[in-house]
Amino acid sequence: MLSRVAERLYWMARYLERAENTARLVKVFSSMMLDLPNGVGLNWRQLVDVSGAHEYFDRNYRSSGERNVIKYMLSDTNTHGSVISSLAMARENIRTTRDLVPSEGWEHVNELYLFARKKLTGKTYLKDRHEFLSEIVMRCQQITGLLAGTMSHGPAYQFVRVGRNLERADMTTRMIDVGSATLIVPGVELERLENRLWTYVLRSLSAHQMYRQYVRRRIQPDQVLAFLLQNMVFPRAVAHTLGEIATCFEDHLPHSEEPLRAVLRLQRLVAEADAEKLHAGGLHDFIDLLQLEFGNLHQLISGTWFSLELDEAV
Amino acid sequence: MEIEWTTYDPGEFYDEMISSPGNPRRAARAIAGYLQKLSARQLGRRQNAADLAIAEMGVTFTVYSEGANIDRTWPFDIIPRIIPLREWSRIEEGLEQRMTALNMFIHDLYHEQKVITDGIVPKKLISGSKSFLPQCIDASPRFNVWAHICGSDLVRDRDGTLYVLEDNLRVPSGVSYMIENRSITKRVFPELFRKHRILPVDDYPAHLFDMLASLSPRPLDYPEIVVMTPGIYNSAYFEHAYLAQQMGAELVEGGDLVVDDDDCVYMKTIDGLQRVDVIYRRVNDEFLDPEAFREDSTLGVRGLMRAWRAGNVALANAPGAGVADDKVIYTYVPDIIKYYLDQDPIIPNVPSWRCADKAQREYVLANLDQLVVKPANESGGYGMLVGPHASAVERGKFANLIKRNPRNYIAQPTLGLSTAPTICGQHVEPRHLDLRPFILQSDRTYVTAGGLTRVALRKGSLVVNSSQGGGSKDTWIVDTGGN
Repeated sequence: MLSRVAERLYWMARYLERAENTARLVKVFSSMMLDLPNGVGLNWRQLVDVSGAHEYFDRNYRSSGERNVIKYMLSDTNTHGSVISSLAMARENIRTTRDLVPSEGWEHVNELYLFARKKLTGKTYLKDRHEFLSEIVMRCQQITGLLAGTMSHGPAYQFVRVGRNLERADMTTRMIDVGSATLIVPGVELERLENRLWTYVLRSLSAHQMYRQYVRRRIQPDQVLAFLLQNMVFPRAVAHTLGEIATCFEDHLPHSEEPLRAVLRLQRLVAEADAEKLHAGGLHDFIDLLQLEFGNLHQLISGTWFSLELDEAV
Repeated sequence: MEIEWTTYDPGEFYDEMISSPGNPRRAARAIAGYLQKLSARQLGRRQNAADLAIAEMGVTFTVYSEGANIDRTWPFDIIPRIIPLREWSRIEEGLEQRMTALNMFIHDLYHEQKVITDGIVPKKLISGSKSFLPQCIDASPRFNVWAHICGSDLVRDRDGTLYVLEDNLRVPSGVSYMIENRSITKRVFPELFRKHRILPVDDYPAHLFDMLASLSPRPLDYPEIVVMTPGIYNSAYFEHAYLAQQMGAELVEGGDLVVDDDDCVYMKTIDGLQRVDVIYRRVNDEFLDPEAFREDSTLGVRGLMRAWRAGNVALANAPGAGVADDKVIYTYVPDIIKYYLDQDPIIPNVPSWRCADKAQREYVLANLDQLVVKPANESGGYGMLVGPHASAVERGKFANLIKRNPRNYIAQPTLGLSTAPTICGQHVEPRHLDLRPFILQSDRTYVTAGGLTRVALRKGSLVVNSSQGGGSKDTWIVDTGGN
């Protein structure tokens, strides 16, 4: 399999997952902003911070009000993080690897992009935002399912799987970071507020129901944290995504020693985390550390399979 | 839209379906009778079914419509163009003869140049040709064959004579349309395929694979064959991907390949570097290798020419093969066939005037309003003058061009291209067409059964190019039995 093709499939999956996750994030955040009383210390700006590109935002937007943040998250074509850019990139990558992906895969991605572009050019998405975002999420999931169900699970698919899971791990940690925000509302009990916040975090990851089934207790921040970090069977939990990546490396891809070692290190880091302690302090730094390691893992993947040594010499 | 052959009248032109109003040609008789029996509604329904089938596949063609320089779906006409097998067998022989001679010619040009010393082709013509690549001198591709894939355009004049209009020896395209067109007519007229013997065309990718495999420098069971594309923005990208898929070959871009110190070509895979034996390249000569040709090419592979000259990789078509599809060289092809094969050409050339010759140039300049003038090195109908349809200003401009650079121009009479019945709105009307068969050559020769029929959809138009209102038809080589 060609390195270039492997790389494009990997990015296709990452961008598709990113589009879905960004849509989830905005959807849940929007509804959270409606629910929480004003002045809780939570604002639209936090969405920008979660995306990790506040420098770009500050250069290009005057204020971080709802309208600007929504525009930045959904329809800004100059940043890789927005829904429209993610879809455009997913489309570009699948379009150049169409010989390996079932043709319906390409058709759905193409249609999804055209749908989003059409919706996002008007201002209507501010009104029917919820429906629009739900549709984005649903269609992304359809495509993920389509690829899982119709593509041979050879090396080509493994790169899709690696891309999807790495992106997922990244987004889950970003969402956890939202939960680390400190909320202060005079007269309202901190614990109740905080529990509500973590409920939203769970919802944004479609994890609420699974959490209830698994933990069988009311929402408690450290329990949520442990669930999202360490659960082995919930597909958006960090530990699960890392397990998926490790399997791809170990069972399906050649010369995977180095990237595999990095995943094992990450798995240990996550498994040994003490949720209760982290919740009490240091969560943000821990998340930063994980994200640094994800970036590092990406570098190793790229160096091992995408850019061969010789390439640099030429 | 019922078809009534007695009122269908191609006028002065040769029609592929009927010999005179009401009289279908022998090989077309059955299909003409069948079409006539269809009601307007039935016929409309078939065309709709075809349009739907295209829309389904159409995704693959129309996807590029957002970028620049992107091909659109070709309109497709469901009424097939019929050629009797007997006539076709002769054309096939003619094409094989032509390809064989052209390949001998190219090989000679890059070696002893006997054709020049024997006075068949003037030396000036070759030394002045920008398609003659000094980088190819003394190279010896396998079987001494340089042009492995050729698309020759055939046209039929008023009197029924079939001519070769031009040979495309660089990176001819369109073969995927030929195959797609057939798959559509099979869906639209299944009953006709059951009743008649129509030669299949979908074995082309298999023949292409075998031909490419025969070029491999390493006698292996499974040579590594790749299709090299300039990339997604090329208008024929769909075809590149289609052929790669059909052959089970990798579709590569220049950046996927690398030439190592051993002068072998490798592709970069997730397993590391993997040796490549044969490259079906759809990238033009000048972009192939920045080391040998254009330095600014990002589509090519540095060192590719080195590897090719060392015999470590086969390139199809070989670089430099384009020297023989120069429009001026074209005028010498009958002499070239005679010279190398000692045979008369089976398919004639369109009579042509060479502007480099003083007497012929004067004739051309005096008769510009009746002639078609073509530059030596363009394809796709660019830079051409169609005298009868041009304004006096355009003709004046061309007269100057010719005087300034006579070597670069030839002229031909304006042909009355043959017609075939085509659905135009609610009617069936005659429309002009041509034919592009594809020829594969290595140690053996293969010619497609028929080829791509291109049809000028605008009434009276002679321009069949897709960019200028052309469409296409399925081409049926029909075996009527007997001789």
